[in-house]
Amino acid sequence: MTVLRLPPFDLIAPRTVAEAADALAHHGPSARLIAGGTDVLPNLKRGLAAPDVLVSLAGVESLRGIRPAADPRPSANGLRGPTRPPSTGAPEGITIGAATRLNRLMADPAVCQSFPVIREAVSQIATPTLRRMGTVGGNLCLDTRCTYYNRPALWREGAGDCMKHEGDVCRVAPGGERCWATLSADLPPVLVALDAVVRLTSARGDRVLALGDLYRDDGLTHLTLAPDEILAEVWVPVWGSRAAFLKLRPRCAVDFASLGVAVAVDVADGICRRARIVLGAVASHPLRVPAAEAALCDRAPDATAIRAAADAAYDAARPMDNADQPPAYRRQMVRVMVARALRAALGQPPSTR
Amino acid sequence: MPPQHGARRTITLAVNGRAVEVRVTASRTLLEVLREDLGLTGTKYGCDLGECGACTVLVDDEPRLACLQLAVEADGHRLTTVEGLAVDGTPHPLQAAFVALGAAQCGFCTSGMLMTAKALLDAVPDPSHEAVCEALAGNLCRCTGYVKIIEAVRLAAADARVPGRPEPAEVAR
Repeated sequence: MTVLRLPPFDLIAPRTVAEAADALAHHGPSARLIAGGTDVLPNLKRGLAAPDVLVSLAGVESLRGIRPAADPRPSANGLRGPTRPPSTGAPEGITIGAATRLNRLMADPAVCQSFPVIREAVSQIATPTLRRMGTVGGNLCLDTRCTYYNRPALWREGAGDCMKHEGDVCRVAPGGERCWATLSADLPPVLVALDAVVRLTSARGDRVLALGDLYRDDGLTHLTLAPDEILAEVWVPVWGSRAAFLKLRPRCAVDFASLGVAVAVDVADGICRRARIVLGAVASHPLRVPAAEAALCDRAPDATAIRAAADAAYDAARPMDNADQPPAYRRQMVRVMVARALRAALGQPPSTR
Repeated sequence: MPPQHGARRTITLAVNGRAVEVRVTASRTLLEVLREDLGLTGTKYGCDLGECGACTVLVDDEPRLACLQLAVEADGHRLTTVEGLAVDGTPHPLQAAFVALGAAQCGFCTSGMLMTAKALLDAVPDPSHEAVCEALAGNLCRCTGYVKIIEAVRLAAADARVPGRPEPAEVAR
């Protein structure tokens, strides 16, 4: 039996975010962050990366926990949606520390009360034991995945390396210029649908940006996070939106998504005022579908509107042949699952068809 | 001060109630240390990628995958492995129930199943069928012998000796 060994590295265990940021700044691109280790370590064991230094966030207490908080954006007023209730002086959302374990997030009373959709999504991540180890930041910054990438070295030697690891071609789309590895994490589509905001920190200072702007549709560099930056926390506004998340995968535990659908809708007086429809695992970033959102907004979210939104999502989704289930099936399921998720979020009965 | 590349450091682990010191490099997993340095081969090396649960151990009474746990990050913590379940040669009620129901086929997943189930029963003394299934969702049995495994966990839960320390287990005879 071949034992998979980790490549040699040094481990730096800072106690504060500032120390962690200094370590990243000092070691440059040869350093890599690790928190729960459930994504980084399998990739290292498969020889997909060999950092000289791992900077562990396990001992950074201030990055853990969930608390009520106001919008961290300096000039946030213009960015809010029309249904935002008038300010009562109460905190307008919750802040989740990036090193919060996933099982803590789904057990948190404030999360369960205000964001049942977060609980629903987290309960479908990996396995109970992995959720005790893995963190919110780790899920948000999960590496992109691909049939041709997440493989043992021997397999990759046989097939030939791809551009995501030392090769020069994408095995999924050899004629193209880019890497099509997918972001199969579950929290990104959900938290993008909830208009979450992230705070990044580094030795150079802090940046606050919409979670959607943390990502780009490129399997090689899907995060806009600089090499010296740390995702410190994510803020989720309490909109009072109704939201739902559905996940497609071969088994109902362990497996990564081959399609994730997150929706959030605000309905007032029978009219949909705001909608977010975000697809996971069909692109290298969480794929928002503005056309599907527009199909729902400023009208009653009835069966016709839901069908139009589902059709628009289907048109926008272009899954590639790089996940556990075939792309044609995943694409068909976009239409089905967007409709299902919208009906669930709107409290409508499931379709009888 | 970070250690030199590949430098060893001494860590202390409380393994099954016994304090042990081990010299390890940063890149060694808890699974490697348990099996190779401490000779505790009851914890199994399965997929080594966090997908199968065969290497499940308890760290401070919580299940962890030893294959994805850096040994240096377990420094100072309490570990329980399958070797620590029995007391003075008397099987833990979970072990007795697994034996009584034949809840092991090839047996490779058994130690991970036992450790995950122990953590469940310590937290929830009388779990429902669904709760057992959910707790064990990350422990794969390649023989697909899940029915007996789930029955055994519930049998052990029904046993009044859980979660206290076991008496001679009648079901094991």
